[in-house]
Amino acid sequence: MPHDHADHPHALLPPDPALRVKALETILTRKGLIDPAALDEIIDTYQNKIGPQNGARVVAKAWTDPNFRQALLQDADPVLAELGYYGRQGEHMVVVENTAMLHNMVVCTLCSCYPWPLLGIPPGWYKSDAYRARVVREPRGVLADFGVSLPVESAVRVWDSTAEVRYMVLPMRPEGTEDMDEAALAALVSRDAMIGTALVAAPKHSPGADA
Amino acid sequence: MSDCISYDAPEPVFLQPWHAQAFALTVHLNEQGRFSWAQWVERFSATLKHHGLDRDLDGGDDYFTAWLATLEAILSEAGSANPQEVELVRRHWEEAYLSTPHGEPVHLAGTRAADTTC
Repeated sequence: MPHDHADHPHALLPPDPALRVKALETILTRKGLIDPAALDEIIDTYQNKIGPQNGARVVAKAWTDPNFRQALLQDADPVLAELGYYGRQGEHMVVVENTAMLHNMVVCTLCSCYPWPLLGIPPGWYKSDAYRARVVREPRGVLADFGVSLPVESAVRVWDSTAEVRYMVLPMRPEGTEDMDEAALAALVSRDAMIGTALVAAPKHSPGADA
Repeated sequence: MSDCISYDAPEPVFLQPWHAQAFALTVHLNEQGRFSWAQWVERFSATLKHHGLDRDLDGGDDYFTAWLATLEAILSEAGSANPQEVELVRRHWEEAYLSTPHGEPVHLAGTRAADTTC
């Protein structure tokens, strides 16, 4: 964090946990157990390269390519691997599809298991006790917090992620997007829509929309 | 239990640099086969549960506090970094920060490790 006050004669002391992490890094590096360059590469990857844009690309492709969609829902791992998305921790990816009758939501009640290759690092709220505990008990209440209200006839299913299985929601394609190409569709898909705490809306002035 | 989930504030991928460093260290150790991800999740979820007994964790700093505690415990048990070692090197880093003029990179005496983030 930038810190330009002249009244600090020495470098700004990081918080205690930061110093403890640095101590671990130093100890493990000295023992040859880790490669500091690999740590930088991991941080760069998750900060800059992997994020919800990956999942959005998968969703848009599923909306426009029925064969891809079917293969994705049947067995996601090989399909995603072809696009270059695979779990570095050896986990399986499962994609669950929203329909007019069923809305899916994803949580990890244990900790924060999340489809990293598709969505990146989870947001703070996904890791909070409030979300993790409450989404199982009252998913519609959580949806209301996110400003989402579903038709009464729609059921809600909550998928609990684990170390081995990570879920991603395939949201419903909004009406009025029939003329849009994959790239334009991908731009509509939010991270939250792929966790199941948002829906995908058509752009207000999309080429296919009447309004 | 808070009924309010704050969901709409934009946030960086990692709120603090040390969150990113603790995360990367864990992923790197896992990828090197030091522990499986299932083992990590089992230990981490137990720590989260323990830390969350008397209050609600907000998924920010407290989440990575639990993360770091888990990593320290695993490394201690594996004999890779015991608590005395960690405390000693932590103190060395602290001294290095306090004795480095503001604006200059912080070096740990006797190593090439440096921190230029502050």
